[in-house]
Amino acid sequence: MTKRDIVVGRFHEEPTLIEAVRAIRACGLRIADVYSPYPVHRLDDALGIERSRLPLVTLAGGACGLVAGLALELYTSVVDWPMNVGGKPDASLLAFVPIAFELTILGAGLATAAGLLLRSRLAPFRAATVIDRAATDDTFAVVVNCRDTALDRRLVEQMMLNYGAATVESRAVLR
Amino acid sequence: MIAWREPLLDRRRAAPARRSTAWIDGQPTLKDVTDDVMRPLVTWPGAAWWWSFAAAASALAIGVAAVTYEIATGIGTWGLNKTVGWAFDITNFVFWVGIGHAGTLISAILLLLRQQWRTAISRSAEAMTIFAVMCAAMFPLIHMGRPWLAFWVMPYPNSRGPLWVNFRSPLLWDVFAINTYLTISLVFWYVGMIPDFATLRDRATSPLRRAIYSIVSLGWNGSAQTWSRYEMASTLLAGLATPLVISVHTIVSMDFATSVLPGWHTTIFPPYFVAGAVFSGFAMVLTLLIIVRSVMQLEHYITLRHLDAMAKIMLLTGSIVGLAYATEFYSAWYGHNVYERAVFAGRLTGPYAWGFFIMVGCNACAPQLLWWSRIRQSVAALFVLSILVNVGMWFERFIIIVTSLHHSFLPSTWTMYRPSVIEVATLVGSFGLFFTCFLLFVRFLPMIAMWEVKALAARREGAR
Repeated sequence: MTKRDIVVGRFHEEPTLIEAVRAIRACGLRIADVYSPYPVHRLDDALGIERSRLPLVTLAGGACGLVAGLALELYTSVVDWPMNVGGKPDASLLAFVPIAFELTILGAGLATAAGLLLRSRLAPFRAATVIDRAATDDTFAVVVNCRDTALDRRLVEQMMLNYGAATVESRAVLR
Repeated sequence: MIAWREPLLDRRRAAPARRSTAWIDGQPTLKDVTDDVMRPLVTWPGAAWWWSFAAAASALAIGVAAVTYEIATGIGTWGLNKTVGWAFDITNFVFWVGIGHAGTLISAILLLLRQQWRTAISRSAEAMTIFAVMCAAMFPLIHMGRPWLAFWVMPYPNSRGPLWVNFRSPLLWDVFAINTYLTISLVFWYVGMIPDFATLRDRATSPLRRAIYSIVSLGWNGSAQTWSRYEMASTLLAGLATPLVISVHTIVSMDFATSVLPGWHTTIFPPYFVAGAVFSGFAMVLTLLIIVRSVMQLEHYITLRHLDAMAKIMLLTGSIVGLAYATEFYSAWYGHNVYERAVFAGRLTGPYAWGFFIMVGCNACAPQLLWWSRIRQSVAALFVLSILVNVGMWFERFIIIVTSLHHSFLPSTWTMYRPSVIEVATLVGSFGLFFTCFLLFVRFLPMIAMWEVKALAARREGAR
């Protein structure tokens, strides 16, 4: 298990956090990540996080569901064993809409959830890299990897304090 | 109990009453939110919880006994006959599916509409959806008579041909709709709880709790990158759940509307059923939350303004339902179809007229009281009204199903339907199942979405 050295700055106020993140990045320092108890909307912008491409996964899942649904209905009712039910046509497309629709939603929904979990590497029995236990409670933790900067870590700590961090800390964590 | 209530009251007193935009009473810090929501999970429940749980579990036991007897003996134990082949069971099915709809409406549609008041109630409403759909699914299953063959409704390659299911049948659409609804609701609910599980994990004191929450929180650590993706996923799931929830009750209504029976064969059914579902669901959310907010002492998160907002939705949907009742009668009269007219005349004057008047009184008339803000601000009045609506909506389904069936085209088939003790016991049992699940939920899972309420609390702080 390799370890990495990090500097953690803890913030308690959302506006201070945003200002600090902007300022630290403006100084050319790379922020490894920010941990927060709730989604901070302006943080995406401040950190330069790109818009997720998850909608594409949803679209693909939905398309698969739709095709699978229609294929199942048409194959079973037209190809494999056509059955005359009340004189309705074998390929009663209108009557196939509800199930095709439900399967579209099912495919899209499951794909979205799976996409989120896989892309964010969330899985049962996965140990969380908890930088700070309070980050899921009431604290925002800004993390800078020491190897990302040529600056001395005390300088980074001082910078965070200047920008309003409540406490700072340098330590090594499992990567 | 008293010890921790004091600071809460202080907090509320300290905050000037901020009307309209504030959806949290007082000004809890982020830590207060965690503490308040976690409290029911870490403290031993009070007497109120135990009494409720005992009642719910007893009702469930009655239901289990009734269903066991019914399965062992056959559905002849029910009051069904050749003419009225659907009655209590399908009434209960439609009733419970309808209850579920408010949960998705609150968690998905109100999310898309950026309604902030949904945050405090969305988690429990979603839980309610899942438990209600579970109760609903039970009824068609036991109505099969041989529920161990229930898997026959799924299209799978089998040794009987393969003999496939009939995809043109609305009953099969129902199978897919209900299963999709249950699956997507579960996914939405679970995904919504992951960040809260992480909070619980990081604050758990006992190793067992920490181990359990570690597993279910899937390694969540609150990273900004993950949050960004997570919010996207929430929006997408909400966007998917919105047409889904409308489709589900539409399809349920098609079970009736695609048949040729007078009173069922009408195009108004899908919108009428969806409005009715949302109406009954909000009534159930109100019933549950009025109890839970006081038993769990969460009055400053589930505020009177939340109840007021829900009452307004009940007023709207109740009025739509009332309009639908009137429209049905108008079309029956205007359509000049003797059978249609006979069925509607039968509803007004026939042997089940008492049920019809309960339905109109509870669903169309009683909610009109909600035009008065005094009524909307009285917890007791809202509680009574929510119960009335629950009763009324149950009777609505009963009237639709039984009055149409018992006097249809052929006079020689006309007959009456009376529920048997077993059917009533099964209904009681479904309430038992619902409340048992809900009581366990408020005890073991965070019933308020902490992360959403924190975002709300922080936004208010920022605005100050």
